[in-house]
Amino acid sequence: MKSGNDILVVEDLKKYFPVKTKGKQELFVKAIDGVSFSLKPGETLGLVGESGSGKSTVAYDVVGMYSPTSGSIRFKGREIGMLLRERPLPLKKEIQIVFQDPGTSLNPKRTVYKILELPLRIHKICEPKDYVKYVARLMDLVELPYEYMFKYPSALGGGERQMVAIARALATNPQLIVLDEPTSALDVSVQAKIINTLLRLQKEMNLSYLFITHDLSLMRNVASRVAIMYLGKIAEIAPTEDFFRSPRHPYTKMLLSSIPVVSPEEEKYRPERIESRGEIPSPVNVPAGCSFNTRCPFAMERCLKEDPVPVALDAEGLHMARCHLLEMRG
Amino acid sequence: MESCPNKIDISQVDVSRIPRRNAGENIRKLWYKFSLNRVSVVGLALILLIAAAAIFYRSIVPYPEHIGAMVDFKNACMPPSWQHLCGTDQAGRDILSRIIYAFRGALTMGVVAILAILPLGGVLGLVAGYWNGRFVSNLIMRVADVFLSLPTLILVMCVSSIMTPSTRNAMLAISISWWPWYTRLVYGIVTSTRNEVYIRSAEVLGANVWHILLKEILPNALGPILTKMTLDFGVAILAGATLSFVGMGEQPPAPSLGAMVSAGVGYLPDQWWMAVFPALAIMLIVLGFNLLGDGIGDMLSDAE
Repeated sequence: MKSGNDILVVEDLKKYFPVKTKGKQELFVKAIDGVSFSLKPGETLGLVGESGSGKSTVAYDVVGMYSPTSGSIRFKGREIGMLLRERPLPLKKEIQIVFQDPGTSLNPKRTVYKILELPLRIHKICEPKDYVKYVARLMDLVELPYEYMFKYPSALGGGERQMVAIARALATNPQLIVLDEPTSALDVSVQAKIINTLLRLQKEMNLSYLFITHDLSLMRNVASRVAIMYLGKIAEIAPTEDFFRSPRHPYTKMLLSSIPVVSPEEEKYRPERIESRGEIPSPVNVPAGCSFNTRCPFAMERCLKEDPVPVALDAEGLHMARCHLLEMRG
Repeated sequence: MESCPNKIDISQVDVSRIPRRNAGENIRKLWYKFSLNRVSVVGLALILLIAAAAIFYRSIVPYPEHIGAMVDFKNACMPPSWQHLCGTDQAGRDILSRIIYAFRGALTMGVVAILAILPLGGVLGLVAGYWNGRFVSNLIMRVADVFLSLPTLILVMCVSSIMTPSTRNAMLAISISWWPWYTRLVYGIVTSTRNEVYIRSAEVLGANVWHILLKEILPNALGPILTKMTLDFGVAILAGATLSFVGMGEQPPAPSLGAMVSAGVGYLPDQWWMAVFPALAIMLIVLGFNLLGDGIGDMLSDAE
C-alpha cells in the first residue's frame, strides 16, 4: 500500500472539534477519527459517506482550511498537516479545491476574468501581458465561450459557474485537486458534463483527484478506488471494481443494495440485500465498540465493546475493511 | 518542491475572439437599474439642481448684495411678490437669494463631514470585522459603542460650544459623532462576508489579507456604504441646520438655512415666509438625498 510514488499519503488523521458544554468536561465532535489512505498521480480516490461522516473535513484538512488534531498528511513526501497561513506559497499552488456550490464559491462582485486572473497574479504564473491569453486558455479547457470573460457569475448558469470554479483550480497547474461534491448542487442535466470535463482534464493534465461525494453510483464511473466513510472512520476501501463486485463491509453492502437498479442484468450485480435502517448517530456521541453497531444487522456481543481494526482482504492490501465478521473469516 | 512543466499552453489562443472590456456597457447597465426607480431619478434631479444652483449662485441669485450684511429696512418683512419670490426678511433682504447661497454651506457641511469620516469609519470597520474576536476588534467596537451611546446632537453641541462656533467646527462635531455608524455598517458586512466560501477559495489560492479585504470583501460593502452615505448627506445637512438653528453653525451675516428658520420663527405666523421657505429648502435637499440613496441601493444590488 505504501509505495514511494504516492502523491498524497494520509495516516491516522484525526480532527476533533471542541463543543462547549456547561460545567461538565469538554466534549468533542470527532469529525475524523483515524483515517488513512493514499493517492497516486493521475488517480481518483472517491471518498463517499453520508452527511456527518467527516468526508468534507478530510477535504478541508488536505487543503489546509483546518489543521489536523493528530496524524499526518504528506504531499509528495512532505508533511502538510498545517493551516493555510503556515503553508508556503509554492505548496498552495500544487493543491487546489473545487467547492460544492459555485453560487457561493465565486465572488458575485468579481468578473469571470478577475476570478481566473487571481491565481495567475498570486503565483506569478505568467507575464501580466499574457493574463488575458491565459484566462482565455483556461476557459477553452472547460469549454466556456470567451463572451463570458467580463461577465459576473450571476449572469452564468450553475454548470457554467462550476466550470469557472474548475478553471480557477486548474490555473496554478496543480497536481492534486480536491473535489468537494462538485456536482451535488447542480441540475442533473449538467452533472454529466461536469464529470466528463473533469475526467478529460484529469487525462490531459495528469491530475490526481480526491473526490468527495455522497453519490456512490457516480463513483463506479469516476473513481479508481473508493473509500466509504462512516462516523469519521473508513469502513471499507477498495479498487472500484472490487468495491462494487465484492463489497465486504455490512455498511457498504447496505449502501450498494439501496442504489436503485433498472435492468435484471444490473440486479445480478447487486450484493445480498441489506435493509437500510436508522440514521447515522451524532459524531459527539459515537457508540462504543464498532460505530456501526446501531445499524448493523449482524451486530454481535463483541461489536458493542471492541472497535474493529482494518483487515486486508487481498494480497496487496488494496482492499481493506473494518469489521469483526471479516476478522473471524480470516 | 520539484518543478513540473506547465501543461497549459497559451500559444494557440486566438486573441481576436477575446471580447473587449466594455466600461461603457457597465455604466449603461448601472444607469438602467437606477432609472427603473423613477422616484430616485427625481431625487437625483433635485440634488443636481440644488448643487448647480449652489455652484453657479452668482448668475442666478436675483439680489447678490443681499447675501451679506445688508440692511434695507424700507423693504423689511415684505411678503412674497414678483420682486421677491420668497419675500424679504427682517432686514429687508431677499430670502430667495439667501436660500440659494445657503445651499452652498449646507451641501459643503453635509458632504464634507461625511466624506471626511468615511475612510476612518470604513477602515476601522474592515479591521474590526476581519479580526473579529481579537483584541483590536473588541477595542474598536467598544469605542464605537461609547460614541454611539452619546446623543448625537448633544455631542455636536458640546464640541461646537467648547470650540468657537463656526462651520468648520460644526462639521468636525458631526464627523466625530458619525464615524461609528460606518464602522458598525462595514463591521457587519465584513463579519458576514468573511466566512463566505469565495473567501475560503481565495485563501486556498494563496491570496493575502490585503487582497481579501480590499478586493473580495470591500466590493460587497460598497453598495451599502454608498447608500448609507447618500442618506447621511441628508442627515448631516439636517444636523448642520439644527446647529445653526441654535446658533452653533455658520455665523451671521453669512446666510445659513437653520439660522434663517431660527430668525423667522419669531415672526410666525404673520410673516410666515421668513421661516417656511428656508425650512422648505432644508426639506427639499434632505428629501433629494433620501430618494437618491434608495436608487443607489437598488442600482448596486446583485439582482439582474
